[in-house]
Amino acid sequence: MLEIGKKTETCIVTTKLYDELCKDYRFREGLKACINCGTCTAICPAAEFYRYDPRKIVDTVQRKDDSEIEALLRSETIWYCGECMSCMTRCPRSNAPGKVIMALRNLSVKLGYFTESERGRQIYPLTEAINRNILEYGYCVYPDTFRFEDHPESGPVWKWHLEHKEASYARMGANYKGKGPGALRQIAPEDMSELKAIFDVSGGTERTALVEEFSRKKAEEMGMSMEEYRRHTFEHCSDIHFNND
Amino acid sequence: MIYQGKQKIWSDYQKDIPDDHWYYARSCIRQSFFPASEKYFLKICRDLLGKDICDNEHHTTCGGIAYHSDTIPQETAMTIVARQFALMTECGYDNLVVSCITSFGNYTETIETWREFPELEARIRENLWKACRREFKIPKYIAHASDLVYKFRNQIAENAQYRLVDKETGEPLKIVEHIGCHYSKMFPHKGVGGAEYPCVLSGMVESWGGQVIDYPERRHCCGFGFRQYLVKANRGYCVSNTHKKFESMEPYHPDAIITNCPGCPYFLDRWQYVIAEQTGKTYGQNGYGIPVFTYEELAGLVLGENPWDLGLQVHQVAVEPFLDKIGIEYKPSEKYLGLNKEDLLRPEMPQVLKCH
Repeated sequence: MLEIGKKTETCIVTTKLYDELCKDYRFREGLKACINCGTCTAICPAAEFYRYDPRKIVDTVQRKDDSEIEALLRSETIWYCGECMSCMTRCPRSNAPGKVIMALRNLSVKLGYFTESERGRQIYPLTEAINRNILEYGYCVYPDTFRFEDHPESGPVWKWHLEHKEASYARMGANYKGKGPGALRQIAPEDMSELKAIFDVSGGTERTALVEEFSRKKAEEMGMSMEEYRRHTFEHCSDIHFNND
Repeated sequence: MIYQGKQKIWSDYQKDIPDDHWYYARSCIRQSFFPASEKYFLKICRDLLGKDICDNEHHTTCGGIAYHSDTIPQETAMTIVARQFALMTECGYDNLVVSCITSFGNYTETIETWREFPELEARIRENLWKACRREFKIPKYIAHASDLVYKFRNQIAENAQYRLVDKETGEPLKIVEHIGCHYSKMFPHKGVGGAEYPCVLSGMVESWGGQVIDYPERRHCCGFGFRQYLVKANRGYCVSNTHKKFESMEPYHPDAIITNCPGCPYFLDRWQYVIAEQTGKTYGQNGYGIPVFTYEELAGLVLGENPWDLGLQVHQVAVEPFLDKIGIEYKPSEKYLGLNKEDLLRPEMPQVLKCH
């Protein structure tokens, strides 16, 4: 766990937030020299929908003011981007605001600031669902954990499909839970062990634990069990986010 | 822009795609929602075109969805990618063909980042060795699977049983092409036609007899946005983006949409259902939606494959009006049967969106 300017169990970290961001390769690739033209905001799908302006975020970070960067890390703002990277295509100075956002999110998680915003807290249900799918099945998305109740937009046809999963997948030529190659095959235990080992050596396991630890603290603070917290962060949407101007 | 001008710009973004010997990497979302598309990609490449494609059972997710949902660090994503490269290397291949657009972006970003920061590549090699005792060569070429279908589009056309033409009028069908954002928005030089004038899908449409529709929001994201869909509370973002696209394409009366991304065909299909049920509005003719296809599904249809073998029964928007327009033969009674013709009952019908 990293805490800026505070003594932790392992070390004293005095590095500025901007310097921390510079350690992230995405930040170094994503921010060269912003001329504040606003092209990124003009092309951004999120800027039309949310109270979100990638130009302002990049400008804030570029000013290297740690108190402003800290406010960003604790804010709703950095969680609005959809990472479509349309901004990367159009920036006339080859910046990538979407990558700057990824670096900001990464630092927000490391510092535990993500629990201070409604959209940041969603990291918990996301981590719980996606990382579990990866480590249990070898896929980011997997039919057995895709609950129709959580996805009514998938329509009655998908409800039907899920009710007849084995037969429906067989009809479509999948090798669902089967041995050997093919779509939705069962990934062998030795391959799953390698995935787990990759998580262990590359920070994935540590990140998962960190998200859980900070989220547990927040759930206690909000008077919720972890399951209540997971449901709440997955489903609750207040009206503060939207660009209704 | 005049047509000849576009052709000239496109010529600057042509990819010299290798002809044969590919290692195939599957997609988490496509396996779950469009498994028949992956099956038909392999069938077309192997049986029709006679290509060598390795489908290795040991590969896993590339971690791309987790990476772009910010649930794993960049190093974890890169080490998973490195393992995929190692499997490819061990199987004796140099060319990687990728089913997923998020993966295509992930692999490309990894290699481009390593090129700029070699010390990171060295660290990932170390990670991979520690975790898996594997080593790898960087692929000589990475293609998206749609690049291959684009490359061989004319051979597919030569073998086609149907063309994308209205059988009554003889006019080309009007097709919207929607390209996944991570195909070329991050690294335009990696996509056929670049980011502004990608022709990977429009080339297929034209080769198979259809007419490509240009419309104002042609390059707008479908609205997936990773966390914006995966968290239930955020899905207003997704449907709003899809709605924006449909409102923009509606005046051009498209007959169908072709896509090359795992999520886009699912979202463009399902949000039409949601929009219809919530607002009463449908975008196709006579209460139907506009059918949305993967490029393999469309290739399969023109090649004369059974629509239900292609998995078109799990689309929420009915495909039958499109099949009827072309004159594709199909058996309505077999739409919801299992592999051995067993009765799987039928899905409920939406209240507004007309379905079969």
